[in-house]
Amino acid sequence: MALTNEIIKTRLVEKFGDQLTDWVEPYGMLTFTAPKDQNLKVLQFLYDDTELRFQFLTDLQAVHYPTRKGEELAVVYHLHNLVDNVRIRFKVFADITKPDVFSATALYQTANWMERETYDFFGVNFLGHPNLIRILNVDEMDYFPMRKEFPLEDQTRVDKDDEMFGR
Amino acid sequence: MSRPVQFNNKVKMVEAPEGFMGDGFMATSLEKVVGLARKNSIWPLPFATSCCGIEFMATAASHYDIARFGAERMSFSPRQCDLLMVMGTISKKMGPILKQVYLQMAEPRWVLSVGACACSGGIFDTYSVLQGIDQIIPVDVYVPGCPPRPEAILDGFMKIQELVGNESLRRRTGEKYKDMLAGYGIQ
Repeated sequence: MALTNEIIKTRLVEKFGDQLTDWVEPYGMLTFTAPKDQNLKVLQFLYDDTELRFQFLTDLQAVHYPTRKGEELAVVYHLHNLVDNVRIRFKVFADITKPDVFSATALYQTANWMERETYDFFGVNFLGHPNLIRILNVDEMDYFPMRKEFPLEDQTRVDKDDEMFGR
Repeated sequence: MSRPVQFNNKVKMVEAPEGFMGDGFMATSLEKVVGLARKNSIWPLPFATSCCGIEFMATAASHYDIARFGAERMSFSPRQCDLLMVMGTISKKMGPILKQVYLQMAEPRWVLSVGACACSGGIFDTYSVLQGIDQIIPVDVYVPGCPPRPEAILDGFMKIQELVGNESLRRRTGEKYKDMLAGYGIQ
């Protein structure tokens, strides 16, 4: 029997009850939200369950929602069941003033690189990550560039003014 | 039967610098002779990071043939180069590497900045891209374009040749030059 979204949802609700919220299926991809401190438990369950078998972490990144006070940073996990070729996605939300999320490196080695990248661009502090330092940007950078807290153009710039660039 | 042999006798020679000439001797200034030799045997170091590098490859290939200007010897060791050709976007993370390459070059050295990105950051008006390589190293000639055509790169190269040919032999030891380098944090 094919692994459908209904089966996955039923299994997850059996295990975690109403802790998992915001069930949606955009373009047929099952998506839900988990509490921040439950992310490893959900990942471990999805990994270990003999039916679900989500043993491949496709992607991990963050999204900044400046208007969601108290839960500005969303960390999104994309998981893939390679046996049944089914993908799901789930999010945890963190406060931007204390963006601590448990690291998934113990479960997925591939999370190592992706969590470093997410830290680099969004400043998510992955607790338990073995080497959480910048990976793509210059080491001296003292801000997180993908957060939506910067004006589009540095207003103090004088070398690229409207006169020269026609904007 | 022997094959007909053709010799290329349309060899173009550079003109001798002006000076005083008589039987078996010629007197001119050392500066002019050195300039003449230098400008027609520039060894470029291509520092190509993106699409302008592709245009440079076209410039170096037979159709445009930068060898016509005495620059066929691309060197990939900065220590033996005269001209650093920076072609492409230089990210902030690449900046120190570019500067190190420049520092490894021996004097006299020139820098040709090819394309909008190397000159000013170009369309990459963003946190990760250096807004012009002249923020970290001195640039002699800027070639605009996104990317510039090979003709434009050749034109920039000829402008460099002009600078090389007319440069005073005392320039590189002068205070003004040292002050300029000090402005970039180079001793």
